[in-house]
Amino acid sequence: MGKTIAEKIFESHTIDQPGEETFVITLDAVFCHEITTPTAILDLMERKMDKVFDPNKIKAVIDHVTPAKDSKTAQQGLILRNWAKKHKIKDFFDIGRNGVCHALFPEKGFVLPGFTIIMGDSHTCTHGAFGAFAAGVGTTDLEVGILKGVCSFQKPKTIKVEIKGNLKKGVYPKDIILSIISLIGVNGATDKVIEFTGAVVDNMGMDERMTLCNMAVEAGATSGICYPDIKTATYLWEFIKNKYNSVEDAVTDFSKLISDIDAVYEKIIVYDISDLVPLSTFGYKPDQVKPITEMEGTKIDQVYIGSCTNGRIEDLRIAASVLEGEKVADNVRGIVSPATPDIFKQAIKEGIIDTFMESGFCVTNPTCGACLGMSNGVLAEGEVCAATTNRNFNGRMGKGGMVHLMSPASAAASAIKGYITNSKLYEAGENK
Amino acid sequence: MKNFNGKVLFLDRNDINTDEIIPAKYLTEIDKKALKPYLLEDLKLDNFSTNKIIEKKAIITRTNFGCGSSREHAIWALEANDINVVVAGSFARIFRQNMFNCGMVATELPSEAIDEIFSIFSNVDTNITTDIEKQIITLSANKISKNYSFRISSFDKELVSIGGWVNYAHSKY
Repeated sequence: MGKTIAEKIFESHTIDQPGEETFVITLDAVFCHEITTPTAILDLMERKMDKVFDPNKIKAVIDHVTPAKDSKTAQQGLILRNWAKKHKIKDFFDIGRNGVCHALFPEKGFVLPGFTIIMGDSHTCTHGAFGAFAAGVGTTDLEVGILKGVCSFQKPKTIKVEIKGNLKKGVYPKDIILSIISLIGVNGATDKVIEFTGAVVDNMGMDERMTLCNMAVEAGATSGICYPDIKTATYLWEFIKNKYNSVEDAVTDFSKLISDIDAVYEKIIVYDISDLVPLSTFGYKPDQVKPITEMEGTKIDQVYIGSCTNGRIEDLRIAASVLEGEKVADNVRGIVSPATPDIFKQAIKEGIIDTFMESGFCVTNPTCGACLGMSNGVLAEGEVCAATTNRNFNGRMGKGGMVHLMSPASAAASAIKGYITNSKLYEAGENK
Repeated sequence: MKNFNGKVLFLDRNDINTDEIIPAKYLTEIDKKALKPYLLEDLKLDNFSTNKIIEKKAIITRTNFGCGSSREHAIWALEANDINVVVAGSFARIFRQNMFNCGMVATELPSEAIDEIFSIFSNVDTNITTDIEKQIITLSANKISKNYSFRISSFDKELVSIGGWVNYAHSKY
């Protein structure tokens, strides 16, 4: 019987099976941020077990609230900072070098095909874009990961989503993943891995695959995962060139991970996206999705472009191409948070930041920012935000606020008009 | 072991997420007990007010409870209120695992059983007793008492009895 990519990764990492369905696997990387890690650190100290399994496999960043906004967040940063120093965790990213964890860590080459990764953050599933098994966990799992380098999971049953067809101009991976979530529902993939395959995924760049995998958890999935290929190897080349003679060699090695032809799936969904249109969420759940045309005219107070879903350079390029020569509507506050310092620098170099600022956007430092209403960009009661983020939960961006999730193109277009609308990129494609 | 018996809080909705259980603005707390007053502050549910949490020791709810963010603060906010057991139609993976990791109980019942429980008990003061060995919960209100059997893996049972995943992993790996 053949195996899926997730089963292959599990098989090579399993060290114990403490229950019929439960597997304990070793971890290649444990990622940490300042919101969920300090409690784990303090608990380890209290238990007199303040050790780390391998300082080289632990990566830490202050990203959710940075620069600190008050004494409590300053204290969280301090705990993480002192701990990283004490345990000689060299890959610790503080002010000036920090950015959104799920954009920063792939950029640094910390995510490799076949890796097992946990983090105390549900969007850790993003890293499956590289052919890794990466899952969000709570603080207790994180604590054990830090101490022992292991984590327990259920046997990874997989739903394969084969995406085929031709994406219309002005329609993006964000629209694809929103439509998949609406198709299978917010608990449609609970306890399962979603394997994204097919020609459409093959043609996507790494930024786009990360957007796809990032929101797998919004359908309840443990992880999203894509097959590693030439694009993966090219993206990672700087970090793997000592291990392989050529990019092609790396691809050959990675291909061993790809699911076998006779692998067994929980479900296979073949999904043709040729007719897909730009989408937006409308309620408080990410599976409540409608075409932008049906939301047309919905008044907004804020537009937020950023986050681990859509704060990467490709996203900023697309948004800037919509904003070029335009102004943000009077009733709208536009906020953009480039996800990492490198993305920020690149966006400056390409004139993207200039375009954002000329159009009237506020540009923030790299941070999780408005996405979870913890630091900047919080909505007032009754306010509405068009956002490129991942969650539209009640109160997510501030008590009594409403969030509509959409692509960077749609968010930028909505900023100009002051209400939800399609971008000119899509409209131009329609008229072809 | 923690206490798994007492008065029940009924939350008649699917997909209650961890942002509703504990809003992100409180994730700046590093002391778990400080989360106590904020439990379910942003819950979107008709006729619900946080006063209803007082003296409750268990939650019974519908499907996909605890979806969204991985924040274990959701579990700690329950624990701080001495609510150590949640019975639901189903759970989000991370939430469920976090519960057992903290030595607490997240148990699933078939949707027919959940429907029955809501129709019989949700409008009256109800008490739960949880027998983990026999894998039975007993609900009682006025003169009605009903048993429901649930499944718990030997691994999860051990996590509950040993007080969570840190203790388990420390003794084994």
